[in-house]
Amino acid sequence: MSGTSEALKTGPRAELVRFDVEAIRRDFPILHQEVHGRPLVYLDNAATTQKPKAVLEVLQRYYTQDNANIHRGVHELSQRATAAYEGAREKVQRFLNAASSREIIFVRGTTEAINLVAHSFGGANVREGDEILVSTMEHHSNIVPWQILCDAKKARLRVIPVSDRGELEMESFDRLLSPKTRLVSVAHLSNALGTLNPVKQIIRKAHARGIPVLLDGAQAAARVKLDVRDLDCDFYALSGHKLYGPTGIGVLYGKADHLEAMPPFMGGGDMISSVTFERTTYNKLPYKFEAGTPHIAGVIALGAAVDYVDSIGLEAIASHEEELLHRATEGVLSIPGLRVIGTAKEKAGILSFVMEGIHPHDLGTILDQQGIAIRAGHHCTQPLMERFGIPATARASFGMYNTPQEVDALTEGLGKVREVFG
Amino acid sequence: MGDLRDLYQETILDHSRRPRNFRTLADADRKVEGFNPLCGDRVTVFVSLEGDQVKDISFQGSGCAISTASASMMTEKLKGKTAEEALSLFEGFHALVTGKHEARGNGSELGKLEVFSGVSEFPIRVKCATLAWHALKAALTGAEQTVSTE
Repeated sequence: MSGTSEALKTGPRAELVRFDVEAIRRDFPILHQEVHGRPLVYLDNAATTQKPKAVLEVLQRYYTQDNANIHRGVHELSQRATAAYEGAREKVQRFLNAASSREIIFVRGTTEAINLVAHSFGGANVREGDEILVSTMEHHSNIVPWQILCDAKKARLRVIPVSDRGELEMESFDRLLSPKTRLVSVAHLSNALGTLNPVKQIIRKAHARGIPVLLDGAQAAARVKLDVRDLDCDFYALSGHKLYGPTGIGVLYGKADHLEAMPPFMGGGDMISSVTFERTTYNKLPYKFEAGTPHIAGVIALGAAVDYVDSIGLEAIASHEEELLHRATEGVLSIPGLRVIGTAKEKAGILSFVMEGIHPHDLGTILDQQGIAIRAGHHCTQPLMERFGIPATARASFGMYNTPQEVDALTEGLGKVREVFG
Repeated sequence: MGDLRDLYQETILDHSRRPRNFRTLADADRKVEGFNPLCGDRVTVFVSLEGDQVKDISFQGSGCAISTASASMMTEKLKGKTAEEALSLFEGFHALVTGKHEARGNGSELGKLEVFSGVSEFPIRVKCATLAWHALKAALTGAEQTVSTE
């Protein structure tokens, strides 16, 4: 099995090969189709990314050759499936540069990862009057689990405000950190604004007070070279399907010390070492947090996705997307009445905007008719929309396979909006 | 781009730019908020009744061109109608935008509302076109204070 991309097969050494977006595009079968009679321009990568052949083939191969339950079969297929499953855990460990594969917990996605921490870490450590600190730019999945926890514990959810440019107000963050703060949970990269948050600074400041930090990495994982040990974050949550992998699989990274101390999230098979009606002892890490038969195929395919991304290189992807974002920002700003929402100094891969007098949904429909897929709506960040006094934005988000020509198609497509609306 | 003209007809664009009866109604007998949690569109429909008749009707809120124009044209259409007539129009309108009935042209019960027939080609936008109508139905049947498209 090789996750190596076609993009790199042409050169002897990866670092000598320039970023060949056309070769990358050949690895993604779905991109080669027409929508409403126009070539598909897929700019909704923050919602989900497309999957390379390497991932699709692994899914197909697993179910046609190796499918079996893991961790308990004595037979050949089960051993193959187990080896592939645990092999993927090691791939993810290397991808995140975690200290140990015991720190990699497979979950359904970022949402489940955050819920796991809220339920397990929060359940054990948060008391009445304590505080959890999030920010205004969080996705609902990094708000609601904490609200549920705070309601149950009579704790308080505090919120780091966001500036007009869409940056965290760090002076307020300093003031909000208190002896009552039990956890800071913030987005690494904002899904609605594209803001890249100063997470190292946040972690350093929180740790100075002994407060752990969870990073919501749903958007960052495919756009930022990750090193959880260098970040020194306590938890990192990500979704496979936003990282060129399948839906229904994600990762919670947690420092072993935290995970060891935390009670299980769900009970069931595989997460125990022995069960009697009097006393059950839990399995060791990471299995303590993986109750029930997991999404085996999804995990193995996520491993293939991580291999694929590594074969291209996240630095190369980030620099490619930076060029696309820059070109797109300049392009859309040439459209009269268009305003970019989120003008932070540090941004990556995501461009949100509104057009005077035209609702984002209407923009979305008009672009769709030209084959251009963007997202229109509140992006599951209603408090952030309220902060900016808008009901919704239109959002273009880039992936490794997007081209400058596609960015220009977006700009041209937006130019046609006035033709329809007059 | 041809299909877009079917969706964004001139009448619809006109109502979305200058919505009619776009105000609150101080003496409303019924007030219901319609909400589409998927996109965040909100519309509040105010109805004042005289007996069984819609004496006045208005709306407030924010939404896309389709939902705003639909709310605006709904209020124009329903003034003076009985609750029963209004609910029957809702049925007809719903059938039109979901493609179950075709536009019938002159003399149809829906009249000008037939400009929304293009919505049936855009299934994702049916909720936009019917948001205010769902709120209206709740207002007339006295069911709830808030209706959701979900």
